[in-house]
Amino acid sequence: MTNTAVRGVRWAGRARGLAVRLWTVPVVVAVWEVAARAVESVYFPPPSAILARLRELWFSGPPARLFLSDAAIADFVPSLGHLFGGWALACLGGIALGVAIGRSRTLAGYVDPLIEFGRAIPPPTLIPLFIVLFKADTRMQLATIVYGVIWPVLVNSVDGARYVDRLHIETARVFGLSRAERLVMVILPAAAPKIFAGLRLSLSLALILMVVAELVGSATSGIGYELIYTQQNFDLPGMWGTIAVLGVLGFLLNSSFLVVERRTLSWHRRAGRKG
Amino acid sequence: MIVSKVVRGAVGVAVLLVVAEIAGRTGLMDTQIMPLASTVLAGAAGLAVDSEFLHDASATVEVWAEGLLVATLLAVPAGVLLGSLPKVEIGLRPLIEFLRPIPSIALIPLVTLIAAGDGAMKVTIVVYAACWPVLVNTMYGLHDVDPVARDTMRAFGFGRLAVLLRVALPSAAPFVLTGVRLAASVALVVAISAELLSGGAGGIGVYIIKAGSGYRIDLMLAATVWAGLIGLVVNALLVRAERGLFRWHAARAGVAQ
Amino acid sequence: MLDVVNLTHTYGSGPDAHRALGGIDLKVSEGELVCVVGPSGCGKSTLLRSIAGLVRPTGGEVRVKGRPVSGTPDDLAVVFQDYSRSLFPWLSVRDNVALPLRRRGLDRAARRAAAAEALAAVSLESAAAKYPWQLSGGMQQRVAIARALAYRPSLLLMDEPFGSVDAQTREDLEDLVLAVRGHHRMTIVLITHDIDESVYVGDRVVVLTRAPAVVAADLRVDLPGPRDQIATRELPAFVHLRAEVSRLVRGRPEFGPEEFNTVPPHTTTSPLVKTPSHLTKE
Ligand SMILES: Nc1ncnc2c1ncn2[C@@H]1O[C@H](COP(=O)(O)OP(=O)(O)OP(=O)(O)O)[C@@H](O)[C@H]1O
Ligand SMILES: [Mg+2]
Repeated sequence: MTNTAVRGVRWAGRARGLAVRLWTVPVVVAVWEVAARAVESVYFPPPSAILARLRELWFSGPPARLFLSDAAIADFVPSLGHLFGGWALACLGGIALGVAIGRSRTLAGYVDPLIEFGRAIPPPTLIPLFIVLFKADTRMQLATIVYGVIWPVLVNSVDGARYVDRLHIETARVFGLSRAERLVMVILPAAAPKIFAGLRLSLSLALILMVVAELVGSATSGIGYELIYTQQNFDLPGMWGTIAVLGVLGFLLNSSFLVVERRTLSWHRRAGRKG
Repeated sequence: MIVSKVVRGAVGVAVLLVVAEIAGRTGLMDTQIMPLASTVLAGAAGLAVDSEFLHDASATVEVWAEGLLVATLLAVPAGVLLGSLPKVEIGLRPLIEFLRPIPSIALIPLVTLIAAGDGAMKVTIVVYAACWPVLVNTMYGLHDVDPVARDTMRAFGFGRLAVLLRVALPSAAPFVLTGVRLAASVALVVAISAELLSGGAGGIGVYIIKAGSGYRIDLMLAATVWAGLIGLVVNALLVRAERGLFRWHAARAGVAQ
Repeated sequence: MLDVVNLTHTYGSGPDAHRALGGIDLKVSEGELVCVVGPSGCGKSTLLRSIAGLVRPTGGEVRVKGRPVSGTPDDLAVVFQDYSRSLFPWLSVRDNVALPLRRRGLDRAARRAAAAEALAAVSLESAAAKYPWQLSGGMQQRVAIARALAYRPSLLLMDEPFGSVDAQTREDLEDLVLAVRGHHRMTIVLITHDIDESVYVGDRVVVLTRAPAVVAADLRVDLPGPRDQIATRELPAFVHLRAEVSRLVRGRPEFGPEEFNTVPPHTTTSPLVKTPSHLTKE
């Protein structure tokens, strides 16, 4: 067989696999469309109406801007900025604190109950406090997201750093690696699988808290703001569309993170498969 | 060893409280904005006998428990079905992958319009959020069934249903319980968020909003302390249940997130 | 170079306490290669870990170059018994070997070159880009050896370094250690189960008793060098010495140091054997 033929067969196989996995999506959408048209309820608009509304709302921009309209930019930029900013801060803080706590039993003893309690507090309960503390919107949003998503990162980093194979540490000591080198070359890579699990969990939490903060803090722009705006205007296709966008966003965030994780931790996955 | 752990933990908590107290008393922290630690603790103690707060707390717990129960009743059978019928699972997977990341909070404005009454709205939202951990863990548990045990049963002539009841469900049970534990903490977060957002007749979230509008930050924090304590207790109880019921399981499995 | 003085170590405390080392005395001078043999579980690894500063002994002292060991001594390399766990699974074989060389002030290219050279010495040049978990146990063990040799330490500790390789490779590795030692004047302490090996590579063979381990005998190996896998092993002196060590290691189960000088008379009559002073007094 020639190279192109092989590739063709492989593509056909992949396409078939995709069809087997995704056939329900068009079916569900079609059923929904038909049912919604038959029922004619304002509350359950058909997918076509939702898509049309979404297009009008956010995706009527020029192709050069990926069809994003001005409204889309005005909503997505602050929302995603808060999401990623808060997540990044929480990651840095969570990993740094977590590794420190994981490497020191004494420190862990002192702070364990505080961590247990801190993570048990439902983060939204603190939003009213954050509103009082930082009137500015952005800081309140960041504080909510950071507080809400730092726990999975922290707890997983503690775990990962605590259970580094003792022989790995000893090897590093014997060969005279400095403390910094030990941290970067040994402890962090060894803890990375756990840390990544925490990062992924906290990324999906960040999306949730972004919306909560925008809803509770009555933001003046952002995806959450759009949710309230459409509700107040009784714009149900717009609401359904916004919710769908959030679903797609969550899916994209999770899948892209998985790609990065697979790349970074390929040694871990492959080593595990062998053992 | 264990004693020193407890002592250290107590010291850690005490140091934090004392530092916060001193920061407030010396004016490092504005007590108008951030009340003294002692004020907050006294407030929290007061809430324990405050009938208004107790009413609010029980309203939250009610929504939480109801939502969690309904979610479990829905998600466990669904998970068993999907977990034992791979073809159906493959078909529905994309829908699950799409629906799962939708923040349930984002549904509040929509469900508020649709649902009959405030209580129904909150329970619906909690159910939506709590379903996923239970569903995913149940499916995972069914996949994890020991193939040798299953094949042994099949070889002895037991039918599909018998295998499901006698092998698959018992071995998936610990995963289901883990799912319920994860769902319980999600459900509490969502219940309180719904209260913060839409108010309603009562709830810890409602209490916090009221305290906030009266600028009683000490009471806001005191209520938050209780929210944290409730979360701790619920989690501790479910962890205990897991350990007690499924001691054999801990030796074997890692748990799905 | 290395002084071990009345070293004792007890794991745990109370009823679970296990006394692994019962007062070990050992002197290794610079450039010497000392083999340590003893029954399984007697405390050989514990001794080595104390020398490396990884175990804080409960009694006695270890001095390296005259200085008491606290923490790990400088300029030391160890081949651990559990070699596979001591390689880093997130680094390629090459990077595993090159990692310690940062300490040597080499730049990246020089580190890579040194790693490649060491890997070639253990015939693993083709595995450089692989990961440790893609290699067999014996190959992993050779990587650990290459890492230690590339580091060119002044003190090298090896804990059963040739346990997982075939006989032919084992002989090659024994000769490699001898050659490297000759070139770079390393001091080496090598723990082994293999009595032949201890006599073949060692300048001295130190036999430990069962736990709590003490030195049962310290034999000088006076074989004519350079050693040769076939010719040396045929020498009557080699055969004789091997038999000595063998008898000492087997011993009687309750063999203690006090009874030692009275039991095997051949030990003291053998011209090759130098019985340690604390065993002959009384
Ligand atoms: N971390 C530990 N905690 C408690 N006991 C230990 C520990 N490490 C070793 N021991 C005990 O100390 C004794 C000596 O162990 P060591 O590993 O030094 O033996 P060894 O001579 O190296 O044995 P082998 O030849 O099998 O490698 C053993 O009985 C072992 O059970
Ligand atoms: Mg050993």
